[in-house]
Amino acid sequence: MDIHEYQAKELLAKFGVPIPRGGLAYSPEQATYRASEIGGSVWVVKAQIHAGARGKAGGVKICRSDSEIWEAADGLLGKRLVTVQTGPQGKLVSRLYIEEGTNIGKEFYLSLVMDRAKERIVVCASAAGGMDIEEISEQEPDSLLNVVVDPAVGMQGFQAREIAFGLGIEPELINKFERTILGCYRAFRDLDATMVEINPLVITKEGGVVALDAKMSFDDNALFRRPQISELRDKSQEDPRETYASDRGLSYVGLEGDIGCIVNGAGLAMATLDMIKYSGGEPANFLDIGGGASPERVQKSFRAVLRDGNVKAVLVNVFAGINRCDWVAKGVVLAVQELDIKVPVVVRLAGTNVEEGRRIIEESGLQLLTAGSLREAAEKAVTAAKQSPAAAA
Amino acid sequence: MAIFINENTKILVQGFTGRIGTFHAQEMIDYGTNVVGGVTPGKGGTEHLGRPVFNTVRGAVAETGAEASIVFVPPPFAADAIMEAADAGIKYCTCITDGIPAQDMIRVKRYMRRYKKENRMRLAGPNCAGTISPGRAMLGIMPGHIYQQGRVGVIGRSGTLGYEAAEQLKALGLGISTSVGIGGDPINGASFRDILEEFENDPDTDVVLMIGEIGGPQEAEGAVYARDHMKKPVVAYIAGLSAPKGRKMGHAGAIVTSFGESAAEKVEILKEAGVTIAPTPSDMGATVADVLSKMSNAA
Repeated sequence: MDIHEYQAKELLAKFGVPIPRGGLAYSPEQATYRASEIGGSVWVVKAQIHAGARGKAGGVKICRSDSEIWEAADGLLGKRLVTVQTGPQGKLVSRLYIEEGTNIGKEFYLSLVMDRAKERIVVCASAAGGMDIEEISEQEPDSLLNVVVDPAVGMQGFQAREIAFGLGIEPELINKFERTILGCYRAFRDLDATMVEINPLVITKEGGVVALDAKMSFDDNALFRRPQISELRDKSQEDPRETYASDRGLSYVGLEGDIGCIVNGAGLAMATLDMIKYSGGEPANFLDIGGGASPERVQKSFRAVLRDGNVKAVLVNVFAGINRCDWVAKGVVLAVQELDIKVPVVVRLAGTNVEEGRRIIEESGLQLLTAGSLREAAEKAVTAAKQSPAAAA
Repeated sequence: MAIFINENTKILVQGFTGRIGTFHAQEMIDYGTNVVGGVTPGKGGTEHLGRPVFNTVRGAVAETGAEASIVFVPPPFAADAIMEAADAGIKYCTCITDGIPAQDMIRVKRYMRRYKKENRMRLAGPNCAGTISPGRAMLGIMPGHIYQQGRVGVIGRSGTLGYEAAEQLKALGLGISTSVGIGGDPINGASFRDILEEFENDPDTDVVLMIGEIGGPQEAEGAVYARDHMKKPVVAYIAGLSAPKGRKMGHAGAIVTSFGESAAEKVEILKEAGVTIAPTPSDMGATVADVLSKMSNAA
């Protein structure tokens, strides 16, 4: 799960990471009021979206007066900001973060990630701040410092100091840097994060240390024990198709094509999308209905898939282990009858109770296309989508 | 032979008396698996499915001599159950549970290193369908009847995609020595490399099918191992060709975050290491058959 910059900063501040003064605004009025609360003569108006590279896309504006803040806020709010990370449809800006201006002396890069090869939390830092990590590893790979944290004892002070000295930090700022790095680590550990990124971490001209930007992502599997993180979810940043599905307990990822997919198991679902591509089609979504799919769950899946107006055909591919094909077949029949589905539906069933499942499909009297293998199912779905005149909705 | 489990392996079910544990333990028993008992804290001394229930894994091992276990414990408590098995002297453990926090798994992996290599438990999963040595023992949730006994070793992250492979192999008259699910989580137990090593040393396995997916470094590690240390041929399919970068495709670990983690890049790495690629998920069985027929022609 991703959160906004201002949320990440509030969380990190609780762990002792220094952040600039700032406040949230939902309107130009609030934006100017926040600036007056903060005081000073330079402010930064930052669009809050779940994507990076906002600066280059015009989502971060430096302002020197009330009228500039009003104008910046008015221009950003309600707009869909397109950055290199959002995709062409962009992300809706509904919140702004107004921050005091910072006198940047030097910029650094700091991040903590879960390293899958090392199976540990790894802290990365570079003196090449401001660039993103891909640019740094391409252009200045030697500037990257890595520290691996032993989960048995956690990150130690000396490890944070090694990073700070490695970055060439002045001796009088080492303590501040150490506290900042350890604060980030504790936030990562205690909140079940999967990523913390401070880019840039800044030394100000006045000699302070401050996190100018902050990004955090969290482990979905740990949300059961982090209700305070779940609360930070902002559905306006998600694909509405995905929000609908996830609210109903379905694992769904929206894609750009026109063949809706309903599959059990993540691996088989990915393979089904692949097979559609190999057969010359484009999948509209990834959807894993999970184990023990009841007829109701299959029906819910149809609803989720058909909310996408681009869908011209639906492919159901279920290899029943814990699932039973007869149950899935009943769900398909129920869904097609009750939802009045206009697009062609291809059903491929395999595994437990497959004969019974196929019989239910055949005896339903519905116009369902059936397939024995994954390849046949994909080919039939691709052909059906190409011939289908009507979009789903 | 087969690897990890056979008809003689004494098996323990952790989370034995719960709804899911009960259902699958019964399936495993019906398959002929040597289930010697189960563990549910607080229910020790009772009997379930005709087998004794124990309060602790240590107690169960002392009483039954169990060597392998399967974990059905819910996500908040699953890491604890795995560590309990490791400490009680279980040799092989597979964890079915989906949804364990990644930091819990980091701690589990660190904890297992306390034991010397020769005493260290082997873990497969979590978030997998388990392990099956067809015709001998089933330590998992798969539909046992689709697996034919034979000489192909299978390693996969996904359950249902593994079923797909088993069915394709069976349709071609090919059977499986052992099929090992390593799971779809970012931090997991045994890797492709670890299981490839077991199959290389198993006299009952002739060829290995590895079924990978996007995300993480383990498929590439497996490729390097196959190139440098294996005489047996390896066939691979990588799922997720159409997965967009940075999106999680169902499995917690199925996400492309850095170079070498996309399906196309993994396929390149495997090909360069001499691994035969199944071009589509419908060709997994046929590609294995093809490799086997080339082997017998060469011999």
